[in-house]
Amino acid sequence: MSDLAPTPGQTVGPFFGYALPFTGGEDLVPISHPRAIRLHGTVYDGAGEPVPDAIIELWQADEDGRVPQVEGSRARDGWTFTGFGRTPVDDTGHYSFTTLVPGAGSVGAAPFFAVTVFARGLLHRLLTRAYLPLDDEAAAADALLGSLPEERRDTLVVRPDEHGFVFDIRLQGEGETVFLEHGTS
Amino acid sequence: MTHSAPPPGPDSASTSQADVDAEMAAITAAYDASATVASDPETQPRLNYPPYRSSLLRHPTKDLHHADPEGIELRAPVFGHRDVGRLESDLTIQDGGEPIGERMVVTGRVLDGDGRPVRHQLVEVWQANSAGRYIHKRDQHPAPIDPHFTGVGRTLTDDEGRYTFTTIKPGPYPWKNHLNAWRPAHIHFSLFGTDFTQRLVTQMYFPGDPLFALDPIYQSIVDPAARARLVATYDHSVTQHEWATGYSWDIVLTGSHRTPFEDVEEEIA
Repeated sequence: MSDLAPTPGQTVGPFFGYALPFTGGEDLVPISHPRAIRLHGTVYDGAGEPVPDAIIELWQADEDGRVPQVEGSRARDGWTFTGFGRTPVDDTGHYSFTTLVPGAGSVGAAPFFAVTVFARGLLHRLLTRAYLPLDDEAAAADALLGSLPEERRDTLVVRPDEHGFVFDIRLQGEGETVFLEHGTS
Repeated sequence: MTHSAPPPGPDSASTSQADVDAEMAAITAAYDASATVASDPETQPRLNYPPYRSSLLRHPTKDLHHADPEGIELRAPVFGHRDVGRLESDLTIQDGGEPIGERMVVTGRVLDGDGRPVRHQLVEVWQANSAGRYIHKRDQHPAPIDPHFTGVGRTLTDDEGRYTFTTIKPGPYPWKNHLNAWRPAHIHFSLFGTDFTQRLVTQMYFPGDPLFALDPIYQSIVDPAARARLVATYDHSVTQHEWATGYSWDIVLTGSHRTPFEDVEEEIA
């Protein structure tokens, strides 16, 4: 098989705001959905300051752990769960999705949200995972979490709050989020 | 009334282009002298590229952590014509009048690392107008806004993975990285593959741009062959008689982690 060299990434820049966000991008389900939860957090830079010009994408399984393969993310009908969301952060670096709790992809697997981060100043997108809260035994059994020291592992696990979960993203420095590469870059 | 360049504002960096050039040259020299430059050339931008000042506090300091893709990461979101209007690939017809500038067609294929076409997938673009101005409230460059040009387009790739946009050639524009900093003309592209791990946002440039050597964003891809992959080719077979110039640009995503066998299974199912 051929192995073509990949096209490099570049920063999303400062001017994506009129191009990438779309109406309802942050609502994978309506807020009125009986099992709607909130996944939200703040993006921080290496000085601990909020990053006000980032955009976050969310990609996740449904409640049964199935991977949605249906269109309609950009033109939501309010009934179809497409599994994809996109939202810019606000001026305080905060993002918020309304969604469902993802199920496990296979028996015993630790469920997670796939999260992608783009920002001005970030030269290539960053991929990470936001795991649902899990006990030490389950974390140790997970291929990714089990390969990380505890303090780094914690950066990938959401924190419960009143309406769902908090997942802060720290691009640099203390508590720096673990970002991923998948072996074929 | 005369127009003159505004004086440098309080937020204009004081670093000169020559200072930035020297920083970039030092990074290039270190890369050229590295042991792996021939056997394992870099393919992506450096996340930590100090000549691009905004990257200083926004790059991870720890290495990216290897993970085998699992579950959701082995698939990508699905988009269809419900999501993307058929006219959205023509940026010259969006607002009731003809935009000013050099009309052009840009086309190419989206491929995975094995050369397989990425079919029926979303491609999004955004760009400055011919004067180098974005329709964005944060763009304060005193160049004219074109009332007939938003600079936003989207399309779905076809059965061969091909996308085609009709647009206006964007102009270069100044930015505040350092004194008298200018971006080479570019079109922003956003791409999805068949796996979410292939997600890519990048910029397409035009051949022969004199600003390439001066631009820290372009130069953040330190390998010259790698950054040349962002430059489109003027293609006279794409140019249309008495209508538009043509450019070709193929995009290769990182390799799919799904095996051909899995894809065959899907097609049968």
